[in-house]
Amino acid sequence: MINREAIALKHSRILAPLTQTGWLFWITVIPLFLIFVWSFFAFAWQYHWGLGETGMGHPMSWTLYLVNFVFFIGISHAGTLISAILRITNAGWRTPITRAAEVVTVFALAAGPTNILFDLGRSSRFIWVTTHAQFKSPLLWDFTCIMAYFTTCVLFLYVLMIPDIGLLRDRFPGRRWLYGPLSLGWAGTETQWKTLKKASAILCIAVIPVAVSVHTVVSWVFGMQTQPMWHSTIFGPYFVAGAIYSGIAAIILVAAIMRRVYRLEQYLQPIHFNNLGLLLLVMTLLWFYFTFAEYLTTLYGGGKEEMAVFWVKVAGKYSPLFWLMVLCCFVIPFPILAFKRTRTVLGTSIASVFILIGMWLERYLIIIPSLSEPRLFYERGSYMPSWVEWSMMAGLCAGFTLAIILFSKFFPVISIWEVEKEENDK
Amino acid sequence: MIIWEGFSPTSQRERRCIGFNKFGVRSAEFGVRKKTDHDHKHEMNMYRWGMVIDLDRCTGCQACVVACRQENNVPFAGEKEVRLGRAKFWMNLITEVKGNYPDVEMHFIPIPCMQCGHPPCTTVCPVEATYKNPEGIVAQIYPRCIGVRMCISNCPYTVRYFNWYAPSWPEEYKRGRNPDVYKRRKGITEKCNFCLHRIRKAKENTKLEKRRIRDGEIVPACMETCPSGAITFGDLNDPKSRVYRLSKSRRAFRLLEDLGTEPKVYYLKEGQWDDQ
Repeated sequence: MINREAIALKHSRILAPLTQTGWLFWITVIPLFLIFVWSFFAFAWQYHWGLGETGMGHPMSWTLYLVNFVFFIGISHAGTLISAILRITNAGWRTPITRAAEVVTVFALAAGPTNILFDLGRSSRFIWVTTHAQFKSPLLWDFTCIMAYFTTCVLFLYVLMIPDIGLLRDRFPGRRWLYGPLSLGWAGTETQWKTLKKASAILCIAVIPVAVSVHTVVSWVFGMQTQPMWHSTIFGPYFVAGAIYSGIAAIILVAAIMRRVYRLEQYLQPIHFNNLGLLLLVMTLLWFYFTFAEYLTTLYGGGKEEMAVFWVKVAGKYSPLFWLMVLCCFVIPFPILAFKRTRTVLGTSIASVFILIGMWLERYLIIIPSLSEPRLFYERGSYMPSWVEWSMMAGLCAGFTLAIILFSKFFPVISIWEVEKEENDK
Repeated sequence: MIIWEGFSPTSQRERRCIGFNKFGVRSAEFGVRKKTDHDHKHEMNMYRWGMVIDLDRCTGCQACVVACRQENNVPFAGEKEVRLGRAKFWMNLITEVKGNYPDVEMHFIPIPCMQCGHPPCTTVCPVEATYKNPEGIVAQIYPRCIGVRMCISNCPYTVRYFNWYAPSWPEEYKRGRNPDVYKRRKGITEKCNFCLHRIRKAKENTKLEKRRIRDGEIVPACMETCPSGAITFGDLNDPKSRVYRLSKSRRAFRLLEDLGTEPKVYYLKEGQWDDQ
């Protein structure tokens, strides 16, 4: 008990956000909450009047909601995948980032598939996907994979948090109603540590193939279709790489903000951002490689339908977005991440913001132009999101941020027991 | 309520139609069981509905478009919606102007659902709301559809339409709606089904008289109204039928044949069809 008290005192910086709530919290949370509530109104509006309230039409039948779906699933990737890989490889510097990464994963994974609910013509019948399932449909594969991934990620986050919850239970008797049942009677005995170690080892290994499969299958929702520039074998790995890319960027951003707001400078040191920046640099190059390979292959051997989509992206009406994407995903972040002098906390954060914008644009450019240029010559579409779609997107981002903020008010954002263990090992 | 029973996904008849036996297990379709000679013979005895559209005869009058709208209760979209590309045309007439004055050529092409032999749209539906029925018609089970729209995005001919709003008609038009056709609601997909209700009606008659449907007995709305007689409909399995003969014509071609979707709508045109 005394030992625990000492630990809690030592890491009071990590535990501070759980008890202290300043003006910054309220001026962030209240607007976010209002936006979040507004999106419920927008959804009710859309549900009542029909999907006609969005900017969709014929043949642009899959638009902003699908873009957000792919984008958020992408963000969900890095979290668990990174923390699992770093755990398996025993990379010591991972310790303070893993919790944040796992939280981002879980909430992004909750936010992503919600878009499908918005996108359905009859959202209330969503359950039919399970009761009338047709497994020939890639959407069903998607549904299965995402459910499996979500379950694994929640378990992953939770299991690795049990020792910390045990600590919190003893530290905050007022919140026993929450921490009591969640700690599962954690007392820190030898057998309990052994079980935890075994469980986390199994989860680490289990989560990697599930994570890879999720984004591969998300890409197959497009890759299995006949649309020009969707029907491509590169989509699986391209989406996985892109997902990890945007995921790491999201983690860096979240970690940097938490570092600043919760004053965690002694835990989240520049070295961590340097290392994450190096990972991000690798992914930047990989992103460029995949994009280059995809576009060159299309340009060199593409049929006339593919070329129509290609030109509309590169030189047509979507070209400003396309070149903005190249700028955000490669031209700006690459030099920032390549030099050690700019690979600082601020530098990597700036690069991350650009990468997140760029990756969102990439998802947009994968989905929209292909649908606007179908195979038959006569059907040409254009698309502009309506206020409903923008509201839903804003609400989704607000909800995502809100969830992370509220999480940080109830649970430590840095894994205390792992930091402690790390120090003892040294 | 024959129509209802046919469309209801839970009815025995429909389940067998989709290819399930009464225990809910898939039978012959999709390679669970190898096709035997008996199966093949059975398949040849079945109808396989197809359509031939003679582009050399088509005058571009759009009577087929109007007739189809009237027959199938296709709702009105209104000017604002049309601009967003939300007009529904189960039968759509595309016009194309080629060249500059004085060498101008005008092309018309009516586009219904192609009723593919290998439809890309049916397999992607997560709730099996669309399927190819044993007579080759790609049908939509309206009450089952939850509006995922993956069938729309996977249709290379873009002939599937979505109900963005609850369907609406001008007041004076409402009394003219066809009672034989299922009324769609907002949030579901709909498409041309070769006037399935007319096929059903013809079958009811022939069942009483214990004979096969004769060539030319079934007339879809678009064919019935076509003043130049450009549209022909019938059984592609029957070598004596008019559609069969026409589909083998040297003028015949199909849209996007290289995709391997095996459309059952044939077009006739002298010379090369150029879809650029």
